[in-house]
Amino acid sequence: MKLIKNAAGRLVPFVVNGQRQIPFKGVNKYKPDGVKAKPKISSCKDYPEDGNKVVRNLKEALKKAGIKNGMTISTHHHLRDGDALTNYLFDIVHELGIKNIRWFPSASFPVHEHLIKYLEDGTIHHIEGSMNGPLGRFTSEGKMKGVGVLRSHGGRYQAVQDGEAHIDIAVIAAPTADSFGNANGVTGKSASGLIGFALVDSEYAGKVIVVTDNLVPFPCVPWQIQGNNVDYVVQVDSLGDSTKIVSGTTEVTKSPDRLLIAEYVAQFIDEAGIMKNGFSFQAGSGGTNLAFVLYLKERMKAKGIKARFVRGGSTKYLVQLLEEGLTDYILDGQTFDLEGVRSMRENPNHVNTSPFISYNFHGKGNFASMVDVAVLGATEVDVKFNANVVSHSDGYLLHGIGGWQNCLYSKCSILAIPSFRDRIPVIIDEVTTLCGPGELVDVVVTERGIAINPLRKDLIKSMAKSSLPIKSIKEISDEVYSICGKPTKPKYDLSKVVAIVKWVDGTVLDSVFKLKSK
Amino acid sequence: MLKENVRSDCFFEIEPTNSGGIKLELKSKVAMLYGKSIKEQVEEMCMLFKLKNADILLEDFGAPPFVIAARFESAVKKIFPEGKEEFLLPFNKKNLYSSSKDKLRRSRLYLPGNEPKFLLNAGLHKPDGIILDLEDSVAPPEKAAARILVRNALRSVDFYDSERMVRINQLPLGLEDLEFVIPQNVHVILIPKCESADQIVEVDDQIKRIRHENNIKNEVYLMPIIESALGVIKAYEIASSVKNICALTIGLEDYTADIGTQRTLEGKESFFARSIIVNAAKAAGIQAIDTVYSDVADMEGLKQSVIEAKSLGFEGKGCIHPRQIPVIHRYFEPAPEEIEKAKKIVLAFEDAELKGLGVVSIGTKMIDAPVVKRAQRTIHQAVLNNLLDEDWKEK
Repeated sequence: MKLIKNAAGRLVPFVVNGQRQIPFKGVNKYKPDGVKAKPKISSCKDYPEDGNKVVRNLKEALKKAGIKNGMTISTHHHLRDGDALTNYLFDIVHELGIKNIRWFPSASFPVHEHLIKYLEDGTIHHIEGSMNGPLGRFTSEGKMKGVGVLRSHGGRYQAVQDGEAHIDIAVIAAPTADSFGNANGVTGKSASGLIGFALVDSEYAGKVIVVTDNLVPFPCVPWQIQGNNVDYVVQVDSLGDSTKIVSGTTEVTKSPDRLLIAEYVAQFIDEAGIMKNGFSFQAGSGGTNLAFVLYLKERMKAKGIKARFVRGGSTKYLVQLLEEGLTDYILDGQTFDLEGVRSMRENPNHVNTSPFISYNFHGKGNFASMVDVAVLGATEVDVKFNANVVSHSDGYLLHGIGGWQNCLYSKCSILAIPSFRDRIPVIIDEVTTLCGPGELVDVVVTERGIAINPLRKDLIKSMAKSSLPIKSIKEISDEVYSICGKPTKPKYDLSKVVAIVKWVDGTVLDSVFKLKSK
Repeated sequence: MLKENVRSDCFFEIEPTNSGGIKLELKSKVAMLYGKSIKEQVEEMCMLFKLKNADILLEDFGAPPFVIAARFESAVKKIFPEGKEEFLLPFNKKNLYSSSKDKLRRSRLYLPGNEPKFLLNAGLHKPDGIILDLEDSVAPPEKAAARILVRNALRSVDFYDSERMVRINQLPLGLEDLEFVIPQNVHVILIPKCESADQIVEVDDQIKRIRHENNIKNEVYLMPIIESALGVIKAYEIASSVKNICALTIGLEDYTADIGTQRTLEGKESFFARSIIVNAAKAAGIQAIDTVYSDVADMEGLKQSVIEAKSLGFEGKGCIHPRQIPVIHRYFEPAPEEIEKAKKIVLAFEDAELKGLGVVSIGTKMIDAPVVKRAQRTIHQAVLNNLLDEDWKEK
């Protein structure tokens, strides 16, 4: 595989899975020309006049959709670790004897470990989206037939819109749908809030199948997915385990060290002058980020400050802000708990958004850059502020990018992270995998100190008199190494790229190499 | 122990053999990153302890080097109890700071002495003191391992300027603990269940001997803990037994059990004892420090308890969770209006002295001598709490 050094100094391949790639050119350097992908024109005459698109089962829908070897099939992660549909889908694909599928999920979860056998037997050729947990391990060990492609939520929209990735069949898990294909995520027993990640698939895929466990008579409102884009509707007993659909990292941390980080973040946002009337912020999921919302809330109340909008992933803590009048709106990309789902269903100021609205880099503007401050996580940050979210220092892929890359464009991006985890340094010399260029990372908050990117002279100036432990990032990494020792770097097989990391503009930011066995 | 909850710790199984050299089996979640350095450290330790042939199993959960060293030494000493060697990593230079007798001691954070995961980040929460506990938080079979771990922690872990304290076991076991900790720049020794001046003298003599033998210059202060009816009755005798006692404190769980009652939220049952502690401490010219507040989830209760303790004359409180620290600091420090009033009184007093006046007054109001004394103490506290510059009079 021929590799080239991109503008970030990382070795990346020219051709991936037979497709030409553009190496990363630098932040904001690459501007595409040309036209967007063009879906085929449909005629309503090819669809039942009574609007009833229900077919007997998923197998029949896939057959009608013309499933064949080498196609791209997309799914979505609204059901998170409770998703049973994707596993069921590939059981059928396997049963039909179809091979070499490009699976195009918006994210994968540990529950999808089930698919490893289909990656092994060639049913699935490779994954484009994210490779979490067991799938990441499988990929890192070089066992996947093709090369994995990691994209952000915005990058996924961009790739489909720009024609970089064509979806042949989209399978959309819809907590509620009607027989015409209108669908939403706010009602039904598998309610997950919204299904915005499936929007681009419904617009651009060759065939669109909506699968629901709550079929209602027309009209299904709100119609987050419009039936006019849908080919077939399938009814199933259950989309998955509803207790796991709304689950995961949605509880405030109890760890005193994480709470300290969260408190530092809130104090920083306050003292840097970001927290003022009409401001906006985004917090990711994860215990530290949730705790930060609580500390910021205390400060907002004490000073009588109100936000114009907050960005979700929403949780009960954001819903409380909305209901207590501390923000005018929640602009939500996904709901992380049942309170979020309820609020979205009941409160018109809790607005659902799609990656097109929130993150797509090739649009006429970018919501992400209008947010005053985004508080995010990372698996590693290096002394140049470059950051990683997909792999750990041992070289294994473990997480997806999510909206993380997109959020780095906010006016102030803050990574709130421990300086090390169980002897594994997080603040280090050089990231294992580059997911976010350092020039977009403004502040790193750890329990051992807060580092402001030297590029942000304004922030350095406004924090000059702060009582917070402001340090250089090098000081923090030195301290981490003095506690943990300096680790040995994992050994890679540089002849074998197992996955690539795309930047928000579709260029290739970094490669993940196969790990050499111990 | 549930292995899922283990962090920053490790377990050794050492089986001496007759030949074949050292065979190390390493199971570690950081094997890829630190496998090599862990193996090197184990080899070095085998050399020191003259272990030439052994099968060693190390199950590691991200333990830092000082923990690996402590666990290895404990395992070796189980096999060769008479061995005197110690495997000491270099003394962290950040740990060379000293303390003083009248240092601010608003908060002191108890850490169980045999639990590595709490040690590394404790100082980040900025308690005035950190207590590495060898007594009640360590189960009897773990006492020997805890001593070694605490010794290593005192050498390696940066406590970020918190006062370095150790609570030793009840005597006579506690006297043995001193051998391990006194050479490691420990600032304060807490002595549990004190009931007589003799006990304090015994501890003090032992410390003197160890300091002399090891040529240790820094002072080691003592904080006796009163935990029984007899201790309360003997409080002044204990508080004034030796000159380097810095504070007197009380343990209410044992005390209430001893007098045959239970702790209540209201605390009527311990009012007498706590007041005795304050009086004995003040009579001996040392600090009076209150017991711990044990409901870590109830911050409002903690706040009320601090306000109450301060009103009784206590200057500090124990804590068992880092989140309690900011609350304790905030409510022990003098309030802004207290400081403002104290400044006026102190200035008026100095003005009167300068003018040779016998009477201090502000406006038409006369100020009595005790009021001046209290104001001076408030100013002193304000300076210690960084609420007032030392040269505030010039400003």
